Amino acid sequence: MLKITDLHVSINGTEILKGLTLEIKAGEVHAIMGPNGAGKSTLASVLAGKEDYEVTSGTITFEGQDLLEMSIEERAREGVFLAFQYPVEIPGVSNVNFLKTAINEIREHKGLPALSAKDFLTLVKEKSALVALDASLASRAVNEGFSGGEKKRNEIFQMAMLEPKLAVLDETDSGLDIDALRIVAGGVNALKSKENATLVITHYQRLLDYIIPDFVHVLYDGKIVKTGGKELALELEEKGYDWIKTAE
Amino acid sequence: MAGYTENELAKDLADKEYQYGFISDIDSDVVPAGLTEQIIHLISSKKNEPSWMLDYRLKAFEVWKTMKEPDWAHVNYKKPDFQAISYYAAPKQTKKYESWDDVDPEMKETMSKLGISLEEQQRLTGVAVDFVMDSVSVGTSFKAKLAELGIIFCSFSEAVQEHPDLVKQYLGTVVPITDNFYAALNSAVFSDGSFCYIPKGVRCPMELSTYFRINAGGTGQFERTLVIADESSYVSYLEGCTAPQRDENQLHAAVVELIALNNAEIKYSTVQNWYPGDKEGKGGVFNFVTKRGLCEAHAKISWTQVETGSAVTWKYPSCILKGDYSVGEFFSVAVTNNYQQADTGTKMIHLGKHTKSTIISKGISAGHSQNSYRGLVQIHKQADHARNFSQCDSLLMGSVSGAHTFPYIECKNASAQIEHEATTSKIGEDQLFYCQQRGISEEKAISLIVNGYCKEVLNQLPMEFAVEAQKLLSISLEGSVG
Repeated sequence: MLKITDLHVSINGTEILKGLTLEIKAGEVHAIMGPNGAGKSTLASVLAGKEDYEVTSGTITFEGQDLLEMSIEERAREGVFLAFQYPVEIPGVSNVNFLKTAINEIREHKGLPALSAKDFLTLVKEKSALVALDASLASRAVNEGFSGGEKKRNEIFQMAMLEPKLAVLDETDSGLDIDALRIVAGGVNALKSKENATLVITHYQRLLDYIIPDFVHVLYDGKIVKTGGKELALELEEKGYDWIKTAE
Repeated sequence: MAGYTENELAKDLADKEYQYGFISDIDSDVVPAGLTEQIIHLISSKKNEPSWMLDYRLKAFEVWKTMKEPDWAHVNYKKPDFQAISYYAAPKQTKKYESWDDVDPEMKETMSKLGISLEEQQRLTGVAVDFVMDSVSVGTSFKAKLAELGIIFCSFSEAVQEHPDLVKQYLGTVVPITDNFYAALNSAVFSDGSFCYIPKGVRCPMELSTYFRINAGGTGQFERTLVIADESSYVSYLEGCTAPQRDENQLHAAVVELIALNNAEIKYSTVQNWYPGDKEGKGGVFNFVTKRGLCEAHAKISWTQVETGSAVTWKYPSCILKGDYSVGEFFSVAVTNNYQQADTGTKMIHLGKHTKSTIISKGISAGHSQNSYRGLVQIHKQADHARNFSQCDSLLMGSVSGAHTFPYIECKNASAQIEHEATTSKIGEDQLFYCQQRGISEEKAISLIVNGYCKEVLNQLPMEFAVEAQKLLSISLEGSVG
């Protein structure tokens, strides 16, 4: 589904990713771990198409298409979803209105008719239950005045509504207490299928107790330096990142 | 993407033939340009006005001659030559298209985007349509319904003839002829406008908009509006139209007076979409309007405006809160793009005790435009326990537009409570990115964010108008973030 080959990315002339290679197939859950400044969030931003980043070399294909040639919204419509580390507030725009616009833009892209108000509301009801999101949050302005936990749950709610092929969770666990973490992880797990894939970016092993990865990659200094199964995460938790740094 | 403003309106206005659209209803009546006492006599006699009306005009003219065009507003334009204007404009002649096919497709598209029905589109573009448009009979049936309730709603000229006592009693009581340069000019030469009277205890059952839009043929360059809500009555009045307004007059100087007697309520909503000039800032309408309302005890006046048009806007819908417990509200969205300039805001004059006012102003500046909020909150000595809340937000798009806020507060009573909040922000790159990451195009994202930003004001508009206004905002800002 996603194939990243020898990716080099700079921001303001400083190279952050220095030859990253990664392949994710449908049905898989991958986790990327690594110390601060390793380039984890940069990877998430580049996948989503954020403009501040310059891809100096390497390729990314998504479902056989050149992802780097696609605009931000095209990527989203093709099924790339980014759960933001810091979800953005949009005052005065209700969550419902925001999502309805998004869903219908995606449907239009796929040549489908717009969703009727009734079907849409049914969907909202069903999906908001998935992350135990209070119905009142759905009608409030996007992320405005939401608590940290509510914002993260709202990201997963949006993900559930948009049904992406590839979901990238950027530090979704940061700032969550254990209950919220469980709810968020439960939502992600419920959405898992053979057709879609998840890329979990995280600092801590904690989240991976709930979202069980098929592969764990360690990102260090712009490259993936180690890949393993879920037990690698536990090893990292125990030993920290230093042994990987020195092993290199 | 170019909206109607950049292309076909420019084309329309460049059309020289169009400039000579001033034809009076009697063939030979071409009044020479310039303003003299004689011209005023002529205007008045053509309208067959009573002598008190003529006297009023002449008095205004005398005052106007002694006045100077104000230059304190934060706008920059070449002052019109007042002696080069022809002041007798018989019912305005809009350019007629031979058939619907001749109408510029972009203009049609704009109107479709606004959700205006085909019949109305044809009426607005002035197409000579073959099929019978039922506006006359619809208008008549509205009129019959209103008449049943004793509501008077007619053209100003008609009111002068049919209801002289009411006109005489109230005209100039809120905006006196001495008020300002443009108001004096309007008082001397006003062409026509609307008159509305709601009798005691009557709640006007419909938005006067519907009726107004059907009859909005030509309201002229110096429009005069007088709305009187008698004790305990209510009226919601809608002025303007979201459809692109093509106009050959460069200068518009309207006066609107509202009078809300004890316990009455007037809701006055405006959408202004005059020709704003082209992308380079050439052409466009100068909109210098004086709007003011007077509230007696327990009365309430709400001004809601969505301003997207005109090259230069100078407009301060105000409330004089004379009666105790009266309430004044001002909700405004002013959008400027390209080289448009707007200096707009309100004045809340608190005279009565326990008077309350609310000001919510949302400015949006894009392109090279300049957008200013100018407001005055004045609490007089006797106005015990007066309260005001003001919120002035500015949204900037791009890096060369300007937003300015000039709030004035004068308080002479220690029991007053005045709050003022102001914010200035830019449409965040991060907000756009967030929307786009969810599959929403940039244009749609801007429209979503802007409408969210203006929500408090748009919510004040009557339902069907709010929908059009939302679309209008998007169209006005098309292509403003590149």
